[in-house]
Amino acid sequence: MGKTLFDKVWDTHVVDTIENGPQVLYIDKHLIHEVTSPQAFQELKERGIPIARPDKIIATADHNTPTINQHLPIKDILSRNQLRQLTNNCKENNITLYDLGHKYNGIVHVIAPELGITQPGMTMVCGDSHTSTHGAFGTIAFGIGTSQVAQVFASQCLLMQKPKKLRVNVNGKLGKHVLPKDVILYIISKLGTNSGTGYFCEYAGNVFEEMSMEGRMTVCNMSIEMGARGGMIAPDETTFNYIKGREFAPKDDAFDKKVAYWKTLKTDDDAIFDLEYSFDASDIEPMITYGTNPGMGIKISDSIPEINDATFEKSLAYMGFKKGELLLEKEINYVFIGSCTNSRIEDFRIAADYVKGKQKAANVTAWLVPGSQQVAKQITQEGLKEIFEEAGFKLRQPGCSACLAMNDDKIPEGEYCVSTSNRNFEGRQGLGARTVLASPLTAAATAIAGRIINVSEEIQEPEFV
Amino acid sequence: MEKFVTFTSTAIPLPTENIDTDQIIPARFLKATDKQGFGENVFRDWRFNKDNSINKKFVLNDTRFRGSILVAGNNFGCGSSREHAAWALSDYGFKVIISSFFADIFKGNALNNGLLPVQVSEDYLKKLLAEITQNPSIELTIDLKQQILKTPIGEIFIEIDSYKKMCLINGYDDIDFLISKKEKIIAFEIAQHQ
Repeated sequence: MGKTLFDKVWDTHVVDTIENGPQVLYIDKHLIHEVTSPQAFQELKERGIPIARPDKIIATADHNTPTINQHLPIKDILSRNQLRQLTNNCKENNITLYDLGHKYNGIVHVIAPELGITQPGMTMVCGDSHTSTHGAFGTIAFGIGTSQVAQVFASQCLLMQKPKKLRVNVNGKLGKHVLPKDVILYIISKLGTNSGTGYFCEYAGNVFEEMSMEGRMTVCNMSIEMGARGGMIAPDETTFNYIKGREFAPKDDAFDKKVAYWKTLKTDDDAIFDLEYSFDASDIEPMITYGTNPGMGIKISDSIPEINDATFEKSLAYMGFKKGELLLEKEINYVFIGSCTNSRIEDFRIAADYVKGKQKAANVTAWLVPGSQQVAKQITQEGLKEIFEEAGFKLRQPGCSACLAMNDDKIPEGEYCVSTSNRNFEGRQGLGARTVLASPLTAAATAIAGRIINVSEEIQEPEFV
Repeated sequence: MEKFVTFTSTAIPLPTENIDTDQIIPARFLKATDKQGFGENVFRDWRFNKDNSINKKFVLNDTRFRGSILVAGNNFGCGSSREHAAWALSDYGFKVIISSFFADIFKGNALNNGLLPVQVSEDYLKKLLAEITQNPSIELTIDLKQQILKTPIGEIFIEIDSYKKMCLINGYDDIDFLISKKEKIIAFEIAQHQ
């Protein structure tokens, strides 16, 4: 029987197998940030255990950082302390840290790919569930808890049961304004938030093959929202071209040698998955969520389903929506374009392309938060910053920001926010805040209109000059 | 890690499904750099009203229900990987969570902290929730050695990986085990570079 892409990467990283138990899996890259690492450092320190491979760890500050005035001391004492601890821990243990203000600083899942740290065939972990993002490169990448961060610190390995294998195929032609975010929101709306639990997911089909690396990252990023520990897409020319020339990518002969290996990382024709789903691309439209988990999504022009269930009703009550209601034309006062799902340069290009020559609605507060310093630089270099500013938007500095609202970027109670992030849980963007997940295009259009509109209908209107 | 062998307690019913780790411990409480004290803010935004008064409608504030076992709706612990959720539940006093389904990362985090996730069928969960709601004083027993859950609904076998079972019963954690594999790990690293 053939092997899947997942098998090929997993099997080459198994150090040992416990009978009737987990396997010892070697980890090639360990990404850390300020929120989920301090207790792991503390644990090792208390037990007198050294960090096994500090050279395989990369640290950044992102979750808890302000997105304005980053040159000033952080006002919040607890946040400041958490960042100081990260700096001290990295210094004491000889770990590379891209601290606040560093030219490589940014959201952990944005910087590792853009620096060429993420490469096909690797195993990568981070104390963050959206580590699945890196699977876009044909990498086994998944989120871990802090105890596991400590385990990787101590041994560069993890004890893991090999997950089951799931494949999601999407074939056909996507509509013109259907973005990767819509594709993954559509998949989760069809499969629900726990269909992938216990599985590692491979995304296959021409839709993913034709997607850019950044689009693939958006898709893999949200694998965890259907419960899958990780998502993967087989590496191809798009992947190799993306990696080539990046800061930490292999160079010259070493690169060619790697590419020859990376080309073998695809699922064999006769490999068997434990579970498989297929969707038709033409059925996907711009998507939007109406509830308090990412599976509660609909096509933007559809109405909220009528389901009689206590949890469903609790969710709608929180959102202030009614069964059967349309989301189109809802007034929206907050828009957030950012997060590890959608804060890369392509996301800002799409937003800028739409807002060019238009004006932000007066009722809207919009936060545009680049995923990294490098993305911020690119936004300026490509002239997108001017477009945003002319349209009345203000760009902020990189970080996780209003995706989880650990810093001051909180949506006020009761307000709706059309957000390009990944979670619409109760209170996720601030106490009592109501999150509506969508693509960067829908978010940009909402910011201009001040209400939810169907971009694909609007853009398709014939132009009469 | 504290040992877990057998445990008996009354239980608290929380039938809501898809309880995510943002509800268990909201992100604004993740700024601490040690593991203590998270119990104070477990289910913070459900336990308290927006004016910080106690939400009497929430089950943890309902004096009829007491105990160290939480019986919760399907897909418990989904969302963020924050181990703070497991720390918060433990710190509040829970030793066992019963649900018909657990999210992967949460399940691992719970096990790494001696908090036992017990998975039961949806039907069993429904009946158990109803029974506890009617009869808050019923006791539930978990015998980890025998892998048995005993409740008035019936006695059932608990699935658990034999390695994790051994760790819980003896209070071992994965770090000790992984360090004992050091030679094999170094040999792997050398082979990987060839």
